[in-house]
Amino acid sequence: MSTLFRKIRYLDEAAQNLIEGDLLVQGGVIADFGQNLGRPDGAAIVEAEGAVLAPGLVDLRASLGEPGFEYRETIASAAEAAAAGGITSIAVLPDSAPPIDDPALLHLIISRGVETGSVSLLPYAAATRGLRGEELAEYGLLKAAGAVAFTDGGKAIASSRMMRLALAYAAGFGMRIVQHPEDAELARGGAATAGARATWMGLPGIPAAAEAICVARDIRLAKLTGGAVHFAHVTTGEALDLIRTAKDKGLKVTCDTAPPYFDLNETAIGDYRTYCKLSPPLRTETDRLAVIAALADGTIDAIASDHQPRDPDDKRLPFADAAPGGAGLATLLGVTLARVQEGQLTLPQALALLTKRPAAWLGIEAGVIARGRPADLVLFHPERSWQVQAGALPGKAQNTPFDGRALEGVVLGTWKSGKRVYG
Amino acid sequence: MASLKHLLGIEGLNPVTATSLLDLAESYVLLNRSGKTQRDLLRGRTLINLFFEDSTRTRTSFELAGRRLGADVVNMSVATSSVTKGETLLDTAATLNAMNCDLLVVRHNRSGAPHLLAEKVGAAVINAGDGTHEHPTQALLDALTIRRNKGRIAGLTVAICGDIAHSRVARSNILLLTMMGNFVRLIGPPTLIPGGIATSGVSVFHDMEEGLQGADIVMMLRLQKERMTGGMVPSTREFFAYYGLDRRKLGFAKPDALVMHPGPMNRGVEIDSAIADDAARSRIQEQVEMGVAVRMAVLDTLARG
Repeated sequence: MSTLFRKIRYLDEAAQNLIEGDLLVQGGVIADFGQNLGRPDGAAIVEAEGAVLAPGLVDLRASLGEPGFEYRETIASAAEAAAAGGITSIAVLPDSAPPIDDPALLHLIISRGVETGSVSLLPYAAATRGLRGEELAEYGLLKAAGAVAFTDGGKAIASSRMMRLALAYAAGFGMRIVQHPEDAELARGGAATAGARATWMGLPGIPAAAEAICVARDIRLAKLTGGAVHFAHVTTGEALDLIRTAKDKGLKVTCDTAPPYFDLNETAIGDYRTYCKLSPPLRTETDRLAVIAALADGTIDAIASDHQPRDPDDKRLPFADAAPGGAGLATLLGVTLARVQEGQLTLPQALALLTKRPAAWLGIEAGVIARGRPADLVLFHPERSWQVQAGALPGKAQNTPFDGRALEGVVLGTWKSGKRVYG
Repeated sequence: MASLKHLLGIEGLNPVTATSLLDLAESYVLLNRSGKTQRDLLRGRTLINLFFEDSTRTRTSFELAGRRLGADVVNMSVATSSVTKGETLLDTAATLNAMNCDLLVVRHNRSGAPHLLAEKVGAAVINAGDGTHEHPTQALLDALTIRRNKGRIAGLTVAICGDIAHSRVARSNILLLTMMGNFVRLIGPPTLIPGGIATSGVSVFHDMEEGLQGADIVMMLRLQKERMTGGMVPSTREFFAYYGLDRRKLGFAKPDALVMHPGPMNRGVEIDSAIADDAARSRIQEQVEMGVAVRMAVLDTLARG
């Protein structure tokens, strides 16, 4: 089976700009691309008419409802949302029930991904047994079973001693520890970023410094142990400054952020909108701008969906009781492209943050258009617009913090190993 | 006056609306004192007092206000376990809709709970205190008490003392008093002053002597016992020594400064009994009387809206 994409715009890796051409997929891999490719016998034709063909997005961070929270989302429904969002690989957090802290559970996640036929699931494994923060998980066995890195998901590894052990032990296997960067004691019970807004809404606050304090400690522990630390969904300028400095010093430090943190600020929680209750919480406008600056200067290594499926019953509660987290698979591309439209990122920068850089971080053969690579592709029209609507999103989870937002960048089709899985 | 659908907070009121509520309440003070009633005003209307948190005085005040205007008043106390309270809230909303309730008075220990209910019920919702967010009728009754004693509710210096961080009374009072053109001083230990509270017209003090200078009104807040267990203040003894209102500290305020407290008081923690019971200075009993009148004005206004 082969497919010829005609009149696409694609990213020329050497020149770092978009060029027009054709792309041929044969046997599930990218066979050729360039100007005026011939049409092999029997090849299906996709007339792109100037739409952009990019590598399928590589999502560095998502929780899926399965196993344990199928009422929120199943892997099948998450795969549907991912395909509609142009995502073909997802690094899956281990905070399911049971938590992914055993090789057999890694096999389960990986094989459930294969079953979907549309998205590769790359599992993180628990950094500590049962995500309890008390004892190390079996990093060697978990790595052998396919773990991409170790993390306690949305829970910070709170103990300095535990974090030191985790970083040191993981380094022995050449693996990273992914931290939810938040000082657990300072954040306990909090529902919004501490400050005037939380005070006037009567919500318990989490100081923005809770992030920087954890990042500062863990950078120091990475230095002490020689380990590699990755900070997930970084949201504050102060933490990003620390990460930037650590990177300049050559420490093994990387980080990602997620669309809500560069598209929304704390004002979004006005009127107690629980769909905008996230962990970490939405920050001030100053921090939002600092995240954009760190995307532009390369400090941030990837943009992840930070997808956290929630049921209406998890959210239709008083704000302090509502479960944090937002659905993010369907909006990852569109919200990122908004930064291009506003001139804060170039299109090659934005695409690299969604494809090439997270793929390199994960060490997978994805994220670039190259001959012989699996044909994981997304075709999107960057100038066409759509409106995000909770209730009408693909997949089961509808808890988007972007409800009502108009986005430019319509996914026309998604291909996994050459097979069309959306559009 | 502009029609009000709900009273969820002082936020959302403007000085004109607030003044007409106070004026209407004033007329109800006279009516209540005359021993007459106006039972035709809310005849046939149903008022439900939905209390997720115990509060005998606020509930009783709303109940009296409703009855004096002729409404059918039903009290519902909902016991809350920490796990089920959310479910209870929306289930209760559905039940209330089925009962065709007209006026719904809500007290809940979570900020924003009345807002959530207001989205789901047909009744006019009155916030009778939500978490650490707002308690609008308390601020209105405080304003009425001040206006009756000082002849105005503008250009005064009002000191609010104690646990500002966990006080919905403080938030509603700050909003209303600054909106009406008064100066508000917040006095308390730094651990009980929340970040970002000092908006325009508000200043923060950690010392009673300094903060009470020139104050026309000294408003004391209740210190919740659990704040001690949370470690925000080391002991009631130390709290009383530095932030409890006694005769000596009251001396820093204006000679004719009046003392207020939303109740219930912790005598010997935030206020000395000698001050609380001093008829020349304390307006604590009058606040209770004004509470009924203000709630009548709110119910009347919302029922018309």
